[in-house]
Amino acid sequence: MEHIRMPKVENVRLLDRLSSRRAVVGTLYLTATHVIFVENGSETRKETWVLHSQISSIEKQATTATGCPLLIRCKNFQVIQLVIPQERDCHDVYISLIRLARPVKYEELYCFSFNPKLDKEEREQGWKLVDLNEEYNRMGVPNNYWQISDVNRDYGVCDSYPTEVYVPKSATAHIIVGSSKFRSRRRFPALSYYCKGNNASICRSSQPLSGFSARCLEDEQMLQAIRKANPGSDFIYVVDTRPKLNAMANRAAGKGYENEDNYSNIKFQFIGIENIHVMRNSLQKMLEVCELKSPSMSDFLWGLENSGWLKHIKAIMDAGIFIAKAVAEEGVSVLVHCSDGWDRTAQVCSVASLLLDPYYRTMKGFMVLIEKDWVSFGHKFNHRYGNLDGDPKEISPVIDQFIECVWQLMEQFPCAFEFNERFLIHIQHHIYSCQFGNFLCNSQKERRELKIKERTYSLWAHLWKNRADYLNPLYRSDHSQTQGTLHPQIAPCNFLYKFWSGMYNRFEKGLHPRQSVTDYLMAVKEETQQLEEELEVLQERLANLQKSQSGNNKVKSKQQDRSKQFGLYTSNNSLANTPQEYSNDLKSFPSRSPSQGDEDSALILTQDNLKSSDPDLSANSDQESGVEDLSCRSPSGGGCLPSEDSGKDSDEAVFLAG
Amino acid sequence: MEFAELIKTPRADNVVLHCPFHMAVEGTLCLTGHHLIFSSRRQDNAEELWLLHSNIDSIEKRFVGSLGTIIIKCKDLRIIQLDIPGMEECLNIASSIEALSTLDSVTLMYPFFYRPMFEVLEDGWSSFLLEQEFELLSSVTNEWRLSCVNKEFSVCPSYPPVVIVPKSVDDEALRKVALFRQGGRFPVLSYYHKKNGMAMLRSSQPLTGTNGRRCKEDEKLVNATLRSGRRGFVIDTRPLPVAQQARAKGGGFEQEVHYPQWRRIHKYIERFNILQESFIKLVEACNDQSHNMDRWLSKLEASNWLTHIKELLTAACLAAQCIDREGASVLVHGSEGTDSTLQVTSLAQIILDPRCRTIRGFEALVVREWLQAGHPFQQRCAQSAYSNSKQKWEAPVFLLFLECVWQIHRQFPCSFEFNEQFLLMLFEHAYASQFGTFLGNNENERAKLKLPQKTMSLWSWVNRPEELCRFQNPLYEANSLVIWPSVAPQSLQLWEGVFLRWNRPSKFLEEAEEERINIIKYNKELQAKVNALRRQLAEMETDEEGREE
Repeated sequence: MEHIRMPKVENVRLLDRLSSRRAVVGTLYLTATHVIFVENGSETRKETWVLHSQISSIEKQATTATGCPLLIRCKNFQVIQLVIPQERDCHDVYISLIRLARPVKYEELYCFSFNPKLDKEEREQGWKLVDLNEEYNRMGVPNNYWQISDVNRDYGVCDSYPTEVYVPKSATAHIIVGSSKFRSRRRFPALSYYCKGNNASICRSSQPLSGFSARCLEDEQMLQAIRKANPGSDFIYVVDTRPKLNAMANRAAGKGYENEDNYSNIKFQFIGIENIHVMRNSLQKMLEVCELKSPSMSDFLWGLENSGWLKHIKAIMDAGIFIAKAVAEEGVSVLVHCSDGWDRTAQVCSVASLLLDPYYRTMKGFMVLIEKDWVSFGHKFNHRYGNLDGDPKEISPVIDQFIECVWQLMEQFPCAFEFNERFLIHIQHHIYSCQFGNFLCNSQKERRELKIKERTYSLWAHLWKNRADYLNPLYRSDHSQTQGTLHPQIAPCNFLYKFWSGMYNRFEKGLHPRQSVTDYLMAVKEETQQLEEELEVLQERLANLQKSQSGNNKVKSKQQDRSKQFGLYTSNNSLANTPQEYSNDLKSFPSRSPSQGDEDSALILTQDNLKSSDPDLSANSDQESGVEDLSCRSPSGGGCLPSEDSGKDSDEAVFLAG
Repeated sequence: MEFAELIKTPRADNVVLHCPFHMAVEGTLCLTGHHLIFSSRRQDNAEELWLLHSNIDSIEKRFVGSLGTIIIKCKDLRIIQLDIPGMEECLNIASSIEALSTLDSVTLMYPFFYRPMFEVLEDGWSSFLLEQEFELLSSVTNEWRLSCVNKEFSVCPSYPPVVIVPKSVDDEALRKVALFRQGGRFPVLSYYHKKNGMAMLRSSQPLTGTNGRRCKEDEKLVNATLRSGRRGFVIDTRPLPVAQQARAKGGGFEQEVHYPQWRRIHKYIERFNILQESFIKLVEACNDQSHNMDRWLSKLEASNWLTHIKELLTAACLAAQCIDREGASVLVHGSEGTDSTLQVTSLAQIILDPRCRTIRGFEALVVREWLQAGHPFQQRCAQSAYSNSKQKWEAPVFLLFLECVWQIHRQFPCSFEFNEQFLLMLFEHAYASQFGTFLGNNENERAKLKLPQKTMSLWSWVNRPEELCRFQNPLYEANSLVIWPSVAPQSLQLWEGVFLRWNRPSKFLEEAEEERINIIKYNKELQAKVNALRRQLAEMETDEEGREE
């Protein structure tokens, strides 16, 4: 690869973010697709793999006596600190990574070289796993009120929409095209979710080009048509998910929002979700809090509040709850838009769908939901997640926020979701990894042009194959929480929006519960299944034996050794056996200032202190480092990602680069 | 005194009860000497509410016309509202509740009147004796002895009659040491770490004063717990300046010159009045119905509650680390040695000792490290977060301890035999109970009140199989290791089970717990079935073989 100036550097130190004592020495490799750190010495030769596409920033810090530090921040919230002995090597690695982390062509992305060793047919099958036609049929359309429109078949009306969109039956091509001309980027109102039970629907669009007084008859007719498609209701809600001030500012640019006077029978509603720039800064601030070395509780809580992150999550959730309530309880259809209708609108429509329809809370349904509200309706994955080098101001954690909303709901409704936290974390990972083709580009049109389905693999098939890893043991399809609409609490005193350390401190295992209830219960359920099978076999044998005995038949049944030992409960207790650095905290404990002049000075139990004063203690501290060093698990090292994630073809990659 | 005198209106009809997340219910309200009873008079599904007067923390009344409203705030943090028609009735009821919930004599409390409806299988008053504890200890070491020096509570009024001390120190020396420690609380054994023979001691501060008084016997006592050539750690739960100031009032700390084998670490654990304020602020935040996220987080932060949790856990982890990792003995004390000291020693044991993570072991820990060790429950738990009286001895010291246990439990959900309900139950009973266990401030007072003779022990009730099953953690698997929790802010959460208990709909979380229980139960049933069948088959097959021959 022409971009790799330095394929291999030896004697690189990988630092533990929480403790400089836990540094390990190893070799750093740059390949066409990954940065790989291989530990020296230890028998396991632990590896840390980072995909170039996961890198969000690289920082070269001032050279110190020990070498030149390089800080790599990843989009999946991993932070890697390396110290490279030679400044020149560090510079080369830095320059190479800068280029590698910012590919300019789609073809440079990992999904075009990733090969999970599936044949063509398997690949095609994989892409067929999620089928939106099937999904619309499941919802109950087409029907008397809704039909599929081919007005956008060559992306002629709207290039960021899919070719197939559902619109009210009474909306003619003329109305659709007319309406599209009156909407930002021609994103006309189209069906997102249809509620079979009461005909209420959720439609989505971009903002109208209303300015201060402009009107569009077709657009007004379009909204009428949406209302008529729900005969049970005499009005529709129009939900503008922006803060009112933002929407008003847009009017000056000839955009804006619906005037209730011009549209008959609409109820207009603002729901203040901030724009992508605010969200990007908010995440940035929260991550700074996550990276604090040993924050006090106040530092942490204050930083969390100051970032505004949970407030934004709550705003998105509240919008979803409002819409779900309108649809389920009032039976009123809702048209949702923001500015362009591809960020906040996607968030809010998908949260509302998730609340309304238990299907989207299953593993398959969740894939369908992302495919429907995000992928097909032109959420700009490439721009938002910085897959290709582009405008940094376009980057924003829009889908991350949706994923977090789902997690917050899982906390509130532990039995309602078929999948577990790991499923969400892995989806987030792959939105950035570019290992699968699903989330490439900014629209369906671009993906078709790039022939994604012929050239890359589908994430959904990959996740589906490993679905056993992603099951929520508490889920039962016949449980009351898996039926009907979810009604979450919204006030902080009724439901705690929590900081999601499983996501944002994902690579710092030391911060997470040391025993996983989910894994434990899954192991029990697996054992239960084996027991059920064994029970059946035993009963059969018993019946045979009884028959043979009563018939005085002397056929002897062979003694089968079914007495398995179920050593399944592998709650990883070795983890438990390591103290954290409580002494890190100690450093900040009030010590006596020398001026107080009492020779009986207080002991500050810093590690350095311990080391110099007592050899026994330093031996202990080594012992500590042996177990806890999990912060940089390579995906292939049995971390929390299935092994394919780092690519089993990884060895090749190393040599390629060499 | 007759309770009847305090009850002017024993009964009111057409009262409406409002609780969060429940429909308002109309019914009858009755007052008895110890209970407020509300009963919906519906035939089909009569709802009853029994509330101990001693559980009532504060009461407010309001009037709109002749309709009176009483808002009752309970020590378990629940808030209920009663609409009572008739101004006079309402006033009478409010004043009765006020009087009955603030009885000043302990002997009028409900435990002295409570007659259990269950058969007592095991008298909880004698379930956890220090003698038994000592017997266990004697099987692994003979360096300790049981001392009865405090038999009459004359050496230390807040200690139990028997304590465990180093064998080499006689009672005479103990008497001298007692004079050198505040409140006579001389160093005693709190925990013995079998793995390496290290000991954790607890005491109160030494009375060194400004002129650096010393006590040879005290030095000898603590040194007797050290292995030769090894060091010990004194964990002082006060910051250094506070410890220094204490000298002016006759208190102080172990001077290095006199305790050369000991290194002192100051960990700051807040004192009770600060904790109480924190508690009040947190509960206020949790009852704020506003939907504003920023406001909630800033109130949570301003309460400092989680800071206390973090500091406390850190101190306990440090004590455990000194013992298990540094192989050193530890002496823990603050000033009086009845609050933060006990928090640290008991939490360290949760971390170190698997036995303390069982139900029985945890009960023993509460008895040993809190009740017998003289934590003044009656003072600390007299009022909860809704009290207006700013008495300085009230403080959620025990609640903080329970929450820290919950935090560790959350991080090691399979390592505890008990569940969250068990901790909640202890919180409730510490503040208001039909049992005598948490009455009094120390063993001395309990003996004077003749509690074991006159009241029922909480343990007699809890340890019955019917009750125990409610408190068992279905995920429990004995874990013999030391468990090191994370004390990073990201790892600590507000204990919703206590603080949002009455504000959040609990249905979905309860259903989840039920699912967990069912998954485990079904697995165990299957296992039993399979085992039985295997045996049956094996028997039949041997029979058959026998016949064949």
